[in-house]
Amino acid sequence: MPNLKDLKNRIASVKSTRKITKAMQMVAAAKLRRAQDAAEASRPYTERFTAVMAQLAASVGGSDSAPKLLSGTGGDQVHLLIVMTAERGLCGGFNSNITKLAKVHAQKLLAQGKTVKILTVGKKGRDALKREFGSYAVGHIDLSAVKRVGYVNAQDIARDVLARFDGGEYDIATIFFARFENVVTQHPTAQQIIPAKFEQAADADVTLYDYEPGEEEILADLLPRGVATAIFSALLENAASEQGARMSAMDNATRNAGEMIDKLTIQYNRSRQAVITNELIEIISGAEAL
Amino acid sequence: MANVQFDLVSPERRLASVAASEVRIPATEGDMTAMANHLPTITTLRPGVLVVVHDGGADEYVVSGGFAEISAESVSVLAEQALPKGEVTQGIYDQMVADAEAALKAARADATGDDGKAVDAAKALSDTVAIGAAIGLTTRV
Repeated sequence: MPNLKDLKNRIASVKSTRKITKAMQMVAAAKLRRAQDAAEASRPYTERFTAVMAQLAASVGGSDSAPKLLSGTGGDQVHLLIVMTAERGLCGGFNSNITKLAKVHAQKLLAQGKTVKILTVGKKGRDALKREFGSYAVGHIDLSAVKRVGYVNAQDIARDVLARFDGGEYDIATIFFARFENVVTQHPTAQQIIPAKFEQAADADVTLYDYEPGEEEILADLLPRGVATAIFSALLENAASEQGARMSAMDNATRNAGEMIDKLTIQYNRSRQAVITNELIEIISGAEAL
Repeated sequence: MANVQFDLVSPERRLASVAASEVRIPATEGDMTAMANHLPTITTLRPGVLVVVHDGGADEYVVSGGFAEISAESVSVLAEQALPKGEVTQGIYDQMVADAEAALKAARADATGDDGKAVDAAKALSDTVAIGAAIGLTTRV
């Protein structure tokens, strides 16, 4: 049976752990709000952008001269997986869910005899993939110095991704990130960004637009931006998901710490009583012996 | 006079959403003014100053490229980077010029013969420099 002092120390240490997890939970809640606001603010841009792109793609997509970013290189041999994770841990299954999805995807491609290249964004994804897929890694983008993701960060990543595409390093690029649904649910998602895919709008109220300059020039100008936009919205979704996941993970941790404190306190009180009873027995039996 | 619904959005925020009587857009192939019942048009933007005229006066925004979607009732401008004119300080402007210069240098470095990229970048730089003159900031030559 542990002695009283040990128990007391243990309770104190669990209590300070609970303070830390509680603080982390509150910080995550505040950051989550900011991340959600940022995601909300980017939505009008992304929606309009996608709508215009879909329309352009529908009218130009069929022709032979369509840009490669839209029609693809013609092959699907080399796949680039862009795995976007957090820079920090302690956020429940957030990072491992994304990397797990990426791993499954990579294994499937490898089984089909395709070539896989991996670009990681965020330290945790790189660490998780290093052992199994380290040899496929072609690059890593560090965002640990970035406090708040901006469009500039997305542009930097997009520039890297596009330079590799222009260099003929891969045929198909897919991003992996967690789509934010609510605080308890985040869906790890794979989205193909090169060649770009657009869902055709079902309600086809197609306005005929005049294009200035020509359709194809505009498309060639917009497609690289589309890559940046897709990456940007993935970064924002990821930021919100990370904070949401951390918040619920820390909430659980705080609750567990509370339960543990209760249990230890009961144990502590019982041992204390046992010690007192013991002492009393000793005193009484000592007195009787006289 | 009929108004058009004007929206200016950048990836990071929505900057404006007003009923405007006219919008002057710095398009790639020259400035254009959009008013109500304009022919539906999609155009790309060059770095420049965008002017929105509405009941309460005129607002000016500095945009750094993107595109505009114009229809009979609405004008949506999707800018890569956009700031109200008043928020563009000398520091921000210098940074914009420096970025354009860096882009030009990069484009020249990997220009393979008749690549139009360097030409585009040079044009973007001169457009960016012209913004400074238009909004009254000191321009470096």
